[in-house]
Amino acid sequence: MKMYISVFKLRLYNGLQYRSAALAGIATQFFWGFIIIMVFEAFYSQLANTPPISLTQLITYIWLQQSFLAFIMLWFRDNELFQLITTGNIAYELCRPSEIYGFWYAKLLAQRLASAMLRSLPILIVAFFLPQPYRLSLPPDPSTLLLFSITLILGLFVLVSISMLIYISVFVTMSPVGSLLMFGVIGEFFAGMVIPIPLMPVWLQHIANLLPFHLAADFPFRVYSGHIPKEEALTGIITQFIWLAALVGLGSFAMRRALRRVVVQGG
Amino acid sequence: MIKVNGISKSFKVAKRSTGVGHALKGLFHREYTTVEALRDISFSIEPGEIVGYIGPNGAGKSTTIKVMSGILVPDRGSCSIMGYTPWMERVPYVKNIGVVFGQRSQLWWDVPVMDSFQLLRDIYKVPEPEYRANLTLLIETLDLNEIVNTPVRQLSLGQRMRCEIAASLLHSPQILFLDEPTIGLDAVSKIAVRHFIQTINQEKGVTVILTTHDMNDIEALAKRIILIGKGSLLYDGNLQALRSRFGTRKTITADYRETDIPLDIPGVSVLSWSTERAVLSVDTEQVMISDVLTQLSRQVELLDVTIDTQPIEDIIVQLYKEYQIS
Repeated sequence: MKMYISVFKLRLYNGLQYRSAALAGIATQFFWGFIIIMVFEAFYSQLANTPPISLTQLITYIWLQQSFLAFIMLWFRDNELFQLITTGNIAYELCRPSEIYGFWYAKLLAQRLASAMLRSLPILIVAFFLPQPYRLSLPPDPSTLLLFSITLILGLFVLVSISMLIYISVFVTMSPVGSLLMFGVIGEFFAGMVIPIPLMPVWLQHIANLLPFHLAADFPFRVYSGHIPKEEALTGIITQFIWLAALVGLGSFAMRRALRRVVVQGG
Repeated sequence: MIKVNGISKSFKVAKRSTGVGHALKGLFHREYTTVEALRDISFSIEPGEIVGYIGPNGAGKSTTIKVMSGILVPDRGSCSIMGYTPWMERVPYVKNIGVVFGQRSQLWWDVPVMDSFQLLRDIYKVPEPEYRANLTLLIETLDLNEIVNTPVRQLSLGQRMRCEIAASLLHSPQILFLDEPTIGLDAVSKIAVRHFIQTINQEKGVTVILTTHDMNDIEALAKRIILIGKGSLLYDGNLQALRSRFGTRKTITADYRETDIPLDIPGVSVLSWSTERAVLSVDTEQVMISDVLTQLSRQVELLDVTIDTQPIEDIIVQLYKEYQIS
């Protein structure tokens, strides 16, 4: 356990060194958030019938998206791990008395947490004080907030186990770009990062709900705004657990297979 | 302590010729060649030994180290180190070893060295008092005091390498694998590293397996060498024996008062000759040095004589040639 905390601390220090990157990130997220909200505002003003998600809920959805970007973006990559694999520095990782899967999982988790700490808190605070209609509203009641926290954290775990598969696939493809692009484009679309899932056509919503990607982003955000009722949220949590177990199982199996065949060249 | 028995490992390498045509062809049909990196390697190493593992580039040195440190799985053969099979019981096994790959880095690039050390402490679950003691010893002997709080990216290669070595010893391993630890270092750093290896070997009884291309490393550290070439084990024994077997040639450089009569000494080959200086090569198994000197002083008026033993480097080159592996 101590090892994981250490990894996290080191990551945080690492992240803190790049303050200006964090600041720039915050600025970008605000800009982006405003643009998207304005686009949806324009759409909503022309609506004839009641939309599947209210504008306030949607604005909350978007601000949460922007502030927890580090929790939900598949392209959020750890170049160090890619370099470890492609340059063969993984040799050192293999000399450590810990299973690589757990170790890397901790690294990725730490990186996302560290980055979220530097970026999401400021965005959240500012978004709470924006003038209407741009303001981020509070969840309807405290139990919703609790449910949101649980689903968000579980969602983060699900997302990291998906991104572990990306890293493992690099053992085979040796090209981080390809793996990232494939997972990134498909994953983010079905996570509701491009169009919020409630606004998708129904048949597409069905597909999105069958895949694990929405569990990290769309699901917790809609729990927060109360768009997903509490009972449904509880079944969602079970789904998150099932996906998590399946993805971690698959990932550690694939990792063991990949490591048996690993070839560290040169030197 | 270390028993390696009949280890073989081959790699499948995609053959690729240059040119667009071949590159396109490679998309559909790949031809593979098998490179035998290790062929039936066996040796055993006792606790407390320092073993120099040498061979030309691509001989299979690093591959052996990687097999012994549990990174690569060999195709055939068995290996038992402290009772563990490295690639089968990797996690419990690697607690007992330290590894330095001279061409790679285990330190976090952007943070001070000390942070990396602390992470390693937690990864290896080193108890605090032991960690403190090790750290103090390492900082002292490797002279790290001024650099441990500097981010790794600001360190010179020599400084970084000393930190890398320290990082591999924080958990007091009993075996230390060093894969080219002196690569790219200046003379001062090299000597510091060598001195340090000797210290931990003598004081803590750490078994050291060292690969290098710098024969001075070997001469300074290793009593025993294992020579490998093209994946096969060629020589395993002590350095002295190797010297007396191959290093029987000595070079005599003689300066004398100007003369134009060429030297004529039986059993000696003249490497170069001028009117004032001659360089001779003597095989001490055939001619005694003293005889050569007597002959010399009879034929010319000697001013100065130096006798050089064949450098170990030349012996190694000779060995490579003998086994046709260079």
